[in-house]
Amino acid sequence: MKTYLPARFIVERDEARCIGCQVCVNQCTFETHYYDAGDDGVHSREENCVGCHRCVLFCPTRALTIRRTPLEYRENYNWRPEVIEDIIRQSETGGMLLTGMGDDKPHRIYWDHLLLNASQVTNPSIDPLREPMELVTYLGRKPDKVELGPGSFDLKTEMAPQVELQVPVMFAAMSYGAVSLNVHESLARAAAEAGTLWNTGEGGLHTKLYKYGNNTIVQVASGRFGVHPQYLDAGRVVEIKIGQGAKPGIGGHLPGEKVSAEVALTRMIPHGTDALSPAPQHDIYSIEDLAQLIYALKEATDYTKPVAVKIAAVHNSAAIASGMVRAGADIIVLDGLRGSTGAAPKIIRDNVGIPIELALASVDTRLRQEGIRNQASIVVSGGIRNAGDVAKAIALGADAVYIGTAALVALGCRVCQQCHTGKCTWGICTTDLALTKRLNPEIGAQRLVNLLRGWSLELKDILGGMGVNALESLRGNRLQLRGIGLSDTELEILGVRMAGS
Amino acid sequence: MTIETVNATRLDAMGLTHKELNARLRQLVAQGYDKIELHNVYGQRYIGTDLDKPVVIDILGTPGNDLGAFMAGPTIVVRGNAQDGCANTMDSGEIIVHGHAGDILGLSARGGKVFVRDDVGYRAGIHMKEYKEKKPVLVIGGTAQDFFGEYMAGGVLILLGLTLKEGEPHRMNFVGTGMHGGVIYLRGSIQSYQLGKEVGTSQLDGKDQQVLREFVGQFAAHFGYDPTRIMEGSFTKLFPRYLRPYGRLYAY
Repeated sequence: MKTYLPARFIVERDEARCIGCQVCVNQCTFETHYYDAGDDGVHSREENCVGCHRCVLFCPTRALTIRRTPLEYRENYNWRPEVIEDIIRQSETGGMLLTGMGDDKPHRIYWDHLLLNASQVTNPSIDPLREPMELVTYLGRKPDKVELGPGSFDLKTEMAPQVELQVPVMFAAMSYGAVSLNVHESLARAAAEAGTLWNTGEGGLHTKLYKYGNNTIVQVASGRFGVHPQYLDAGRVVEIKIGQGAKPGIGGHLPGEKVSAEVALTRMIPHGTDALSPAPQHDIYSIEDLAQLIYALKEATDYTKPVAVKIAAVHNSAAIASGMVRAGADIIVLDGLRGSTGAAPKIIRDNVGIPIELALASVDTRLRQEGIRNQASIVVSGGIRNAGDVAKAIALGADAVYIGTAALVALGCRVCQQCHTGKCTWGICTTDLALTKRLNPEIGAQRLVNLLRGWSLELKDILGGMGVNALESLRGNRLQLRGIGLSDTELEILGVRMAGS
Repeated sequence: MTIETVNATRLDAMGLTHKELNARLRQLVAQGYDKIELHNVYGQRYIGTDLDKPVVIDILGTPGNDLGAFMAGPTIVVRGNAQDGCANTMDSGEIIVHGHAGDILGLSARGGKVFVRDDVGYRAGIHMKEYKEKKPVLVIGGTAQDFFGEYMAGGVLILLGLTLKEGEPHRMNFVGTGMHGGVIYLRGSIQSYQLGKEVGTSQLDGKDQQVLREFVGQFAAHFGYDPTRIMEGSFTKLFPRYLRPYGRLYAY
């Protein structure tokens, strides 16, 4: 069938610069560039270009430019090019449209409508260059009150297990199989060096990475891939995955092509079969059942590790979160509308769930109202882009955040949304061994550590400007936020006042 | 039981919470006991979890949900019924139930064996998986409820129908829905409408007979049945028609 889909990008090759070295041919996995022996020239099939920039950055003579195809449709707000092209694609394939990364639609990004405060005159700001600034965060259940022994400062209260983070930014769950082993190793090494945690996702933990266990969150999801006692023992935190922001309420299918021998070994399934994660966990149909799995995992780890529960941010998150805390979750993780994925039906990714800012505010408010906010830490994810977003999330009530896309961008990702194809030219979201080599875990870890260092410095500057010297003083302190360009209802849900008031 | 034990003890579970009971079990195993008789068990959950040794636990009473969840190594004998979530994500070891078991028996099990003398609830064997020699085996003496072997990705699931009357069929529906690995051997009659659309049926070949004989033999030995009588029944083999049942859902 002849496709009616137009090319998305045009490839411009400056013939005066091109030396015919074929680096672009070798780097592109989408077969955009090719060598023609007939005219001894390198040419492009533009319809294959996904806009990943790999060829542009690796062309030694900077001969390549990628631009959007200047194909103009007649103006129509309803029938936008994307809508039209989605219909064409489905009429040619008969399938659900699959995509990668997070929701790319122009839903309101509330971080951009929130502004932070700073001290002026009436209280002094603090200079973080000369005074200590505390970013250390402890995740885990906190007691209702603390008792000390008589006449001493010895703690009498029995504390639930706590995890110390040097920076309140962790790496979000991305499974081995969805991403490569080198990505896992980059994340694990960076987490260990920066004093934070990374998350295995649901595909198990490669034995090579067990040594980073103290900085690892091991995930237990509906497929239970690679879940066994040594795996649970290896982690610092066990996370039960109920849902994911990119695809709330649905399961996952890792296609057989991505189940390489090593992935099969780690997931403990035969090489080349599909790894199917059911939509629900079939031992959890209620809050009571969730409590049962939480305590099964606490028993399995002898009560030595916090158990986190991750849900997608949905309409009734606040009530669900209350149930999760009462079920025994030590950490609750909320993943918002813009949360990313290695593969999800586009229709789900772009239409299901709610923005993380609103879910975070309503969950924090609800837990405070019920007097149980201390019983669990809150971690949020789904579109956190920079230290400003982190500071705003902390002020809205989060204890820490997860970054997924931002971490991958640090490793080379250009957010071209081709994760589901398994052809990632940057060697990130693929298990093709020829491609995974493109990411060196040592350099990857360094890039991630650099990113976290940069964000830490910025967070300290933000705190100093507010005149506080510890992240703890900003946590849940919504008075440090003002809204701009928001309706009264939005301000009310966020629990912040209008800028200027 | 044929397992050699040398250092036996008993524990009264009366009034203990699951946390207290399991802490005591971990302690006893750490002290080197390799057989523990548990008396007065009244619904305590997670028995056998986090022991990680080939200890024998004899349960007198009714254990609670998630018996042997994430279990690696122990052998558990239940002189009564097991509840929901028995052998949940089990890694290795053996559970022998002298009675019924509830829902999601062997959910996501990745190794070990479970023998249930009588009937089981919904979704038995759901999402069991296998890798090379690591292969879970569930043998159920009676019949089962709907979604038997749902999403099954590996292992061996055997249903013997011994609690059914002469000529009475199995009643469950959606058997093997989403199955993409492993094998089910079913004794007694079942109609095609009761099967998931991803399931194929066939007669047993020589290799199937050999596998079946081995596990039926073990089942019969546990519960005092005559294996020859069981093997005389008519068996059907259920297998996944596709390794990738959902491969054609998507447009790339």
